[in-house]
Amino acid sequence: MNMNKTDLETLKKDDIKTVSPIERREFLKIGLAISGIFAGGTILSVVSNMNKVFASPEEFSEKYPYKPHYSMVIRQDRCIDCELCMEACVITNNVPDYGYRTMILEKEVPDAIGQKKEFIPVLCNHCNNPPCVRACPTRATYKDKKNGIVMMEYGKCIGCKTCVVACPYNARYFNEEKHSIDKCNFCFDTRLSKGEKLTACAAACPAGVRIFGELSDVNSEVYKLIHQIAKPVWVLRPEIGAKPNIFYMKG
Amino acid sequence: MPNEPKAPKVSEIAKDLAKSFDSSVVASWYSNIVGFLSGSRSFYVLLAITGLIVFVSSMAALNAINTGYRHTYNVTREIPWGILISTYVFFVVTSTGLCIVSSIGHVFGLKDFMPIAKRSVFLSVVTIFGGFIVLFFDVENPFRMALYNVISPNLTSNIWWMGTLYGAYMFFMAVEFVFLLIEKHKLAMYAGLSGLLSGIAAHSNLGAIFGMLHAREYWYGPYMPIYFILSAMASGCAAIIFFTWLGYKVNNERMDKPMERAMEVVGKLSTLLLAVLMFFTTWKIITGLVASPGKVEAIKALLTGPYALNFWLFEVLIGMAGPFVLLLYSRWKNLGMMFTASLLMITGIFVMRYDLVVIGQVVPSYHDLGVKESLHLLPYIPSFHEIMVVAGGFGVVATAFLIGEKIFSGHKSEIH
Repeated sequence: MNMNKTDLETLKKDDIKTVSPIERREFLKIGLAISGIFAGGTILSVVSNMNKVFASPEEFSEKYPYKPHYSMVIRQDRCIDCELCMEACVITNNVPDYGYRTMILEKEVPDAIGQKKEFIPVLCNHCNNPPCVRACPTRATYKDKKNGIVMMEYGKCIGCKTCVVACPYNARYFNEEKHSIDKCNFCFDTRLSKGEKLTACAAACPAGVRIFGELSDVNSEVYKLIHQIAKPVWVLRPEIGAKPNIFYMKG
Repeated sequence: MPNEPKAPKVSEIAKDLAKSFDSSVVASWYSNIVGFLSGSRSFYVLLAITGLIVFVSSMAALNAINTGYRHTYNVTREIPWGILISTYVFFVVTSTGLCIVSSIGHVFGLKDFMPIAKRSVFLSVVTIFGGFIVLFFDVENPFRMALYNVISPNLTSNIWWMGTLYGAYMFFMAVEFVFLLIEKHKLAMYAGLSGLLSGIAAHSNLGAIFGMLHAREYWYGPYMPIYFILSAMASGCAAIIFFTWLGYKVNNERMDKPMERAMEVVGKLSTLLLAVLMFFTTWKIITGLVASPGKVEAIKALLTGPYALNFWLFEVLIGMAGPFVLLLYSRWKNLGMMFTASLLMITGIFVMRYDLVVIGQVVPSYHDLGVKESLHLLPYIPSFHEIMVVAGGFGVVATAFLIGEKIFSGHKSEIH
């Protein structure tokens, strides 16, 4: 920095009175985001977020490993547990009643001030480094080279259920009718490959919780939601190092 | 290794094999089968019981296939690996252990271990077969496994390596047994060495299936592959003492001096391995208590939670401390006491395998998130069908053991 002593001395004193309330609010917001105190400290500070949150840090904002790089941002605080997403998923993908591809978890905080309950939708995280794909003995589950979706080749599944145990997100179940493990594939076979732009769950959500899109497209909503620092963005179970493509945020 | 092993030519092996199947060998086997038919009454009662267990449990297993595992087994989406996987692990642990411990004699040439070789090799084939039978009724599409393991292998998958290496292992052990039968000891040594290497590789891969699942904190880490080899040796020693003692009862014979000596050294090795096992278990628990929340929860489930009885009574008392004291007290001479110790060890180790497999899954995936669905440990209790398949596995091993004792007339072998 080229700031010499005289420059500093000529600066006006930065009194609290000279800072506008808007400036203060913006400053505080950044402070909270950086210190990561939201959601009871479960959120990572923005410093490490750069590494942890973005699907692929080395290619952050420049390019993502897949084209299109499908991703979903879940605006958690908007979820009201109406379960329309789950219903749409069941109908679209023919999910049996004993299984699910997506679920809404419920968190209760009885001693919280005001709102005491929140809902957390979960689904396959389509990880960039998927533990299930490594574990599968027959490559029945694989990461699509083009779009990064973690898919199933049902006929190859031997039903050893190692992928079910390997998944950090409880995203897999054995489907009796298919005689194979079944899981979310971002509705690739039922919608995306037929020209639809959204997954069934994202299309069905009345509250705009599930924002689905292409992370490698700088104009997409998911790109914009993730590449900002005013609001914290996080992923579930970052310590596993699976590099998930489902992001969470509030507000 | 005994003598200087010269690589035998294929033609020589073929010639040896052809020679071995000459009339005298066939005649001796024939007389053994006749001997089998003229076994004692209590032997047939035992055989009838084990045969009945196999029959009844195969009915239950077929019923499970017919009805669908989802309806007949208590495994869930959250706990997909239950008692069938743990029993499979138990059997292959025992098989690998039998292979490792017996190889000290017939592969590495320690004379004291020679007399147990034949029975151990036979039982290592039998126990892994028992394990595969149990696994057959756990995996949903076992026939696809045979096909896609070959045409669509995933080389990063521990399951793939385990399956492939155990296939090789079973082949080598069976070949070794045949060579031992026809008294081709050098060839048996080569087959035994190949079996040992593939067995250790396979078994550590089985440990790595658990140890490399980084989403499961209870299992994750290098401990599992190492521990699996150690516990295999402990299981192997217990199985050798157990089956040798029983074998002599079944044949109504007294052990000769070399066999008594073999039992003594295996007994001593068991005692040492139990001490190491207790050491491993202690540090596994102490480090586990200072770990991520998920792992601490799992360790607590074992120490003070729903698995505390399994742990303290079965794993610690029956599986380790009890037999340790008994073995010391037997001074490795009192065979009855050693047999009791081995029976306790086998019982305890069975529960160890169960706890190891199930507790790795009882902490819900979203435990740290504090959601309602993940506040409590997940429940699992084996169903009737699952227990029947386990019983079937034991039945198959017991039946094969009994028949083996008669057909191969007590697995006697000369010391070379």
